[in-house]
Parts: sequence; structure tokens; C-alpha cells
Amino acid sequence: MNALDVAIERKAYRSREGEHVALDELAFTIPVGEFTCIIGPSGCGKTTLLSLIAGLDRDYKGRITRREEEGGRLGMVFQTPRLMPWLSVRDNVRLALPAREAEDGRAEAILREMQLGAFLDAFPNRLSGGQQRRVALARAFINAPDLLLLDEPFQSLDAPTAQQLRDLLVAMCQRRRPTILFVTHDLREALSLADRVLFLSASPGRVTLDLPLSLPRPRHPDSAAVESVRKRLLETHPDLLRGLLGEAAESVA
Amino acid sequence: MKRLPASRLGDTALRWSSALAVLIVWQSAASAAASPLLPSPATVAVALGRLVIDGRLPVDLGITLARVAVSFALAMAAGAAIGILMGESRAADRLLDLWLVLGLNIPALVIIFLCYLWLGLGEVAAVVAVALNKVPTSAVILREGARAVDRELLQVADVLRLSWERRLRQVYLPQLYPYFMAATRSGLSLIWKIVLVAELVGRSNGVGFQLGVYFAFFDITNILAYTASFIAVVVAAESLAIRPLERRLTQWRT
Repeated sequence: MNALDVAIERKAYRSREGEHVALDELAFTIPVGEFTCIIGPSGCGKTTLLSLIAGLDRDYKGRITRREEEGGRLGMVFQTPRLMPWLSVRDNVRLALPAREAEDGRAEAILREMQLGAFLDAFPNRLSGGQQRRVALARAFINAPDLLLLDEPFQSLDAPTAQQLRDLLVAMCQRRRPTILFVTHDLREALSLADRVLFLSASPGRVTLDLPLSLPRPRHPDSAAVESVRKRLLETHPDLLRGLLGEAAESVA
Repeated sequence: MKRLPASRLGDTALRWSSALAVLIVWQSAASAAASPLLPSPATVAVALGRLVIDGRLPVDLGITLARVAVSFALAMAAGAAIGILMGESRAADRLLDLWLVLGLNIPALVIIFLCYLWLGLGEVAAVVAVALNKVPTSAVILREGARAVDRELLQVADVLRLSWERRLRQVYLPQLYPYFMAATRSGLSLIWKIVLVAELVGRSNGVGFQLGVYFAFFDITNILAYTASFIAVVVAAESLAIRPLERRLTQWRT
């Protein structure tokens, strides 16, 4: 059963300079409960894709079908935390709950789980970048989404913090089994997280490779298993990744 | 940490000495002039005391404040609605922009005359006239606010499928609070001034009417006494209502 069925014919932005085609003939499906990473060079339309799937932008040609089971819920983590600066940490997370369930203690529980118990009443500008991202994760997780969309959520964090948050994400996913679409441009991150990796071409983004992964968990981005998959991939598909990752292109060359 | 209270103390001292300087300048000018055209602070204070005790000033002040409150509420509601609409919709902006320019530039006195002529010399006309003077400025300020609203945070509200009521209260309006505060400040000071003109022109009570009477009798002492009471009210409104409200709304910034 598919949680998500994407068949985008065309998504273009019109501006004064003319038309920019962000996505063209992009199609894939995601089965329920799968953790899929989407990886592509910057500007290939990854963020656009997520906002189309989330229904934030309906101006495109094609069709995106989300399996909306009874009360089907969507969780989303953006590139920046996007917390409401005027709401406390607790109220930011409660925002994702129906108003009558806001005080049932779930917000506090999930924040404590994320080691934010000391910051329940703090305003977001008091928190570090990593802590703000944890709040954003908590907000996305709290109503147990069926579909979770993450847009480079751990970008610009130091490596240990990013890894800590990845572990947190995996732990929560294993418990609740949502369908996940995780956008990144970091190949190691994708290989360490996903059941499957979709590679997108440069703009307009199309799927250039659909790679299923069956590495055992937990995997660390720097582990030998991830590294060997990465190496093999770069050897067999040098064109696929050229220009996709500066670092990858270098190591192939 | 130690310098902060000290400098705050210094601020307060500066404020008070500045107020004292006003009194000193006034007193010496009055002594030098020694004329009924410039009564001394003490004379005015005595007159003020008498006006308060015989109850006329509190009544006039109360009537004027009620007019201020009603026209301020009307003007903020209408101005905010128009401004937000214009900030959100380009079509509305194009459509109403000329009206706004007109409204901003019609002299207050003209609006007051027209309201009295069209609506009759009554309370409604007075309040509407004062409100109309304020609507365009609040609309302009709130339009800026609506234009500056962070679309990314509204997307969060979309993803969370917030009800329109929660979206407004927790995501949209908080972004407009600074603009509401700015509109409140500039609005109150504008309305204070215009309401007196409206009372002078077409009402038979309130501070503006009473000032008109004293003016007719060259009664400068009582004019200054009314003015002083008015200033006291403004300062009290600022420090007891507006500033605490602002602190509450922006506490997350600290």
C-alpha cells in the first residue's frame, strides 16, 4: 500500500525574468512505513517538492495523492526550525495538538524525552540552534503523523549534535513507524538513515536512481558499512553524483 | 549588572529634573511678566484644585475621555481591518490607495465640519469625525505590518491545519502587535488633539467646549488648568496602560 503517490508533470515559477521550471516529469511512490531519503544538488527542487506534497503550494501540473486514512496526519520539519518566537517552547509544541488536547501533558512528555524539560517555559530565542531544532522535531512528532516530511532538518549543526538528533529521529520512527520523506544533500546522512534513497538530477529535478538499502540499524554515517555502500555507489555511478556533492565528485575524480 | 540599576536611577533623576526645569522656567517667566496673560504654576495649581473639587473638570474630562475611547476603538478596528486587507491583497491595495491618500490629507477640521453637517450636531457625528481622522493612519501602519508578516510561519500553521481562530491568535496577530502598539501610540496622541476641536466646534460639554468658553473670557488660568489635567491623563495612560501592555506583548524578545 502506498502512503504517497507523486506524479508531477510540471512545476514552474514565473518571474519577471521568465519562467523557471523547478520540477519536470517527476514520479515516484512511497509505501507505507518506509523511510525514504531524497538527495539532490542544491536548487534541484527538493524543497519545492516537499511543499507540493505538503499541500502548501497547489499551483502545479500533475497529481500528488496522499493516503488520507481516518484523520491522516502530516508532520513537517522545515530547513529552519520556524518556531513562533512569541510562544514558549511548550506552547510551540502544543500548537500541533487539537486545542482541547493541548493540556493533556503530551507536549511536556515529548519535550522531556528530548532533554528539553528545563526549557518548557522558555522562549525560543533563549535556545541554541540544536535545541530549537529539537523543539521543531517535537512539534512534528507530537501528533503521531502518518507522513513525516523533513527538509534538511539537521543542516548547519555541528556533527555530534546532528548525529544525536538523527538517533532521536530513528528512535522515534522505530516506535511509531510513520512514512518518512527526508530531503538532504548529504549522501552519508541519507545512507545512514534510509530504507531507500531517491537521487534527483540537477534542476529540473527528476529521479535518476532509486536505491533500496537493507543495511542493519543502527548505522552511523561514518561507519564502515555506510562507507562501503557509498564507495561502491560512487564507483558504479560516477555520472549520477557528479555535481551533486562537491566532496563526492572530488573523491571520484 | 551593578551599573544597570544605577543608570536607571540616573534616568529617573534626569526625567524629574527635566520636569522641574519646565516648572522653573514657567515660574520665572510668570514672575518676570507679572501679567494675567501668564499665570504662575501655583495659581494654575490652585485653579485646578478648585475645578476638581467643584466637579466640573472631572465631568468634562470624563465626557471627553469617553469620546476618545469610543472613537479610538472605532478607528483602530476600521483602520486595522482596512490596513490588513490592503497589506494582504494587492487588488484591495490598488483599489483603496487613493482613498487612503485622500484620507491622510483632508484637514481634520474639514472632516469635522462635514460630519456635523451631514450627520447633525450630535454625539454620533462627533465620534465619527474623530475616528475618521485616525482611520487612515492606523490603516497605513497596519498595512506595513501585514506586508511584513512572515509567510514561512503561516506555512507552519497550514501544515498543522490550525483552525482560523488559532491561526489568527497564535500565528498571525502576534506578528502585528508591534504595529498595533505603534498605531495606538500615534493614534491616541492624534485623537487627544482632534477630539477637542470636535467638541469646540459642535458639542456643549467636554474639555474642548470648556476651553472654548474660557477662551472667550480670556481665562488663561483655567485654560492652563484644563491642559494640565489633560497632560496628567495622557501620562497616566502611557505609564499605566500602554507601556505595561507593550511589555507583556513583547516579553519574548528579552
